[in-house]
Amino acid sequence: MSGQLDMIILLFVIISGIGAITVRDLLGAAILFGAYSFLMCLLWAIMGAVDVAFTEASVGAGVSTVLFVAAVFRTTRRTKD
Amino acid sequence: MSEFIDFFVGKYNYWAFILLMMIGLYAMIAKKNLAKKIIGMNIFQTAIILFYISTAAKGGGASIPIIAHGHGHGLSEHGARAADYINPLPHVLMLTAIVVSVATLGVALTLAVKVYHQYGTLEEDEIADRIRAQTGGEP
Repeated sequence: MSGQLDMIILLFVIISGIGAITVRDLLGAAILFGAYSFLMCLLWAIMGAVDVAFTEASVGAGVSTVLFVAAVFRTTRRTKD
Repeated sequence: MSEFIDFFVGKYNYWAFILLMMIGLYAMIAKKNLAKKIIGMNIFQTAIILFYISTAAKGGGASIPIIAHGHGHGLSEHGARAADYINPLPHVLMLTAIVVSVATLGVALTLAVKVYHQYGTLEEDEIADRIRAQTGGEP
C-alpha cells in the first residue's frame, strides 16, 4: 500500500459500490458497477499487480458492463429497491 | 490508547475490505431484485480479490515482478533478491478468480433473463406471488 492515493481511490470504490446497489434504476446500477470495476483496477495498478489490473480493465470493467447492459436491455430497468 | 488507535488506523485497508464484503453480502441477502443480487455477488468477489492482492504488496520500494537486466547478464552473477519484487503468486491466483467471476456473472445474468421471460419481472417477491398463483396457493 502506498500513501494517500490508494486511500482516496479505496474511498471512491466504497462509494461507487454503495451507489451501485442503492440506485433505483438497473441501467444506472450497471454503469456504476462498471465505474466500481475500473476504480478497483486502478487500485490494483497502484498496488503493483499490473497483470491483474489489465485483466480487470478488459474483463471486469469491459465485458461485465457490456453483459450487464445487454441483460438490462433484454429485461427491464425497473427495480423496487 | 494511542497504540490501540494505531492498530486500527494502520490496518485501514483490511477494514475497507471487510466493509466491501459486507456491502456485497447485504446486497445478496436483503435486496429483492435479482440484478442487484448479482451486483452484490460481484462486489463480494472483487473484495476477496482485493484482499489477496494487498497481501502480495510490499513496502520498502519493491517493484513489479519483472527482473531488471534479467536478459543475458546480471542475473547469473548476483541473483534476484526477493525483497525487491512484489510477490507474484497471489496475482496469478487472482487472475483465475477474475475469469471465474466473469463466467459466473454471465451464467447468473442468463438465468435472470430466463426468469424474466418466464415470469415477467425481476423482483423476488413478485416471482414468488406468480408461482403461488400458478400452483394455486402452494408456495
